[in-house]
Amino acid sequence: MTHRIDQTFADRKAKGQAAFVAYMMAGDPDRGTSQAFLNALPDAGVDIIELGIPFTDPMADGLVIENAGIRARAAGTTLTSVLEMATEFRKTNDTTPIIVMGYANPLHHMGYTKFAAAAKAAGVDGAIIVDLPPEEDSELRDAFAVHDLALIRLATPTTDAERLPRVVAGTKGFVYYVSMTGITGDSFAQAGSVKEQVARVREAANLPVVVGFGVKTPERAREVAKDADGVVVGTAIVKTLHEDGPESALALIRTLADATHGNAT
Amino acid sequence: MGNQTFPDENGRFGDFGGRYVAETLMPPILELEKAYEEAKADPAFQRELDYFLAHYVGRPSPLYFAERLTEHTGGAKIYFKRDELNHTGAHKINNCMGQLLLAKRMGKKRIIAETGAGQHGVATATVAARLGMECIVYMGAVDIVRQKPNVFRMRLLGAEVRAVHSGTATLKDAMNEALRDWVTNVGDTFYCIGTVAGPHPYPAMVRDFQAVIGREAKQQILDAEGRLPDAAVACIGGGSNAMGLFHEFVPNEEVRLIGVEAAGKGVKSGLHAASLTGGSPGILHGNRTYLLQDEHGQIADAHSISAGLDYPGIGPEHSYLHDIGRAEYVSATDDEALEAFQLCARLEGILPALEPSHAIPRTLELAKDLGPDGLIIMNMCGRGDKDVFTIADALGEHISEGTDG
Repeated sequence: MTHRIDQTFADRKAKGQAAFVAYMMAGDPDRGTSQAFLNALPDAGVDIIELGIPFTDPMADGLVIENAGIRARAAGTTLTSVLEMATEFRKTNDTTPIIVMGYANPLHHMGYTKFAAAAKAAGVDGAIIVDLPPEEDSELRDAFAVHDLALIRLATPTTDAERLPRVVAGTKGFVYYVSMTGITGDSFAQAGSVKEQVARVREAANLPVVVGFGVKTPERAREVAKDADGVVVGTAIVKTLHEDGPESALALIRTLADATHGNAT
Repeated sequence: MGNQTFPDENGRFGDFGGRYVAETLMPPILELEKAYEEAKADPAFQRELDYFLAHYVGRPSPLYFAERLTEHTGGAKIYFKRDELNHTGAHKINNCMGQLLLAKRMGKKRIIAETGAGQHGVATATVAARLGMECIVYMGAVDIVRQKPNVFRMRLLGAEVRAVHSGTATLKDAMNEALRDWVTNVGDTFYCIGTVAGPHPYPAMVRDFQAVIGREAKQQILDAEGRLPDAAVACIGGGSNAMGLFHEFVPNEEVRLIGVEAAGKGVKSGLHAASLTGGSPGILHGNRTYLLQDEHGQIADAHSISAGLDYPGIGPEHSYLHDIGRAEYVSATDDEALEAFQLCARLEGILPALEPSHAIPRTLELAKDLGPDGLIIMNMCGRGDKDVFTIADALGEHISEGTDG
């Protein structure tokens, strides 16, 4: 439901804060650990959850997320079990938006109509499908519209002024600004301001703009949060969870969330 | 038939094709499409391409009457379209010549490519050297082992070969990695895709650059036999040599178009690479097409003795021709290909690559079915020198691999 997303941004905006968006790979390293981690995210300061759907061929992801997907699939994670994790999460939380994130083929294989209904029933609020550009997403968008689910579009540094209106047209919830050309987990190419780019996208979309790709540290999160409506961290969280375990990953999330919210650390 | 109008403006061949890429790649793909359309309409571009095809690649390739194989079956006359005689030993260079001249026209100096058997990598490295461009080839670590001669060839040509260890470490993973490179270096990089797959405009563009095979073959068979063939046969991994042969004949409905997929250990074994025979429609590498996938929409591993056919998808135009019934798709196993390789070597004095070795058994069967009045063109799309180690291994013989493959 887009209202959870809208409410989240409205609440943070009222406090003069950006929202903290955390990505995790569903099912990594196993269902139980991953479910407990998911359930713990809101208390660690996460405002919006991106729940990764593992896929064999993640063309826009770096090794960290690709390997997380391999572990998740080895543990039996499927699109259906990702939705079951959302269902479980909703038993104790009805306010934190869940956006599922992944690639088109598992959804296409299930059928977009069936997927939309199942996602709605599971309490999912929207989806980011990396390999469905505006030219190819009308079928999924139509299926989502039936259930008031948000299909989040991505804008990138290569999305020029001519193309931007097409990219933001019909998007709901927020726009995800990919702050560099590259794959997830790359180092931030230009550590400079994203202010101009965010303003450009926000003006065209009239929606909140979150910034992702390349944000790894509280310092960078704080910097980006000054200009954006939300900050996404993925690879750093997935890597810490894998290498140091859930406690360390949640600790990292707390510092990232605090930095994004502008709290003293 | 009307196929000449495909793909449509959205890059669709019926329900297949399209542009399923990350937003970062949409602008460069649209830019490429525009540049290609302009080049296609520019006689100067075509003249330059024709010059290189004639004097560098060595076109036209002969259409050769395989007399002893024909006698062997006692059936239809079998002709080989000998694209294995091209510079670099396969049909791949037809496409590389076209794409890299286009890259030059677009002012791109950094070329990336994926390769399976290494033929496309070698062809790309070759043309990049000739045109003075930087070349990086992504290749699965598994394929690097089984195609050592080509790896060294690419290095000799000045290309950097980057091993891909992720996933199955074969062709599909090399393509993932090339796409990751492209999304990171969109500004200065031209991605030279080696087959009729990927996001639009690649399937159409690669087909157009390979269509010279069918254009020549049609004229050559008319000169030799005074009529069109009963069938055109080609092996299929992604499907570029097949599309190159088929395209010219698509409007001639009396010509059967037959694609031969790699059945590996047998389609029923599950260890195969036959996307049309044993797959279902899905989305991978920028296009909607038939894929090998599991019940959850995860891409399944392909299996073939031939690295060039070891791919879980197929070009979208083949999916379209399959669904409308214009082309027929069959398969051949590893064992059938190995047997055909040896037969062809001994009867015709031609070492076919393992890829076209898959087309041979179905061609021989068809020749018997058609009888002596029949006429078949089979695309001999690559030569087998690169495969001798794999073949020796499969036949249980040990030969030296030399010092550096």
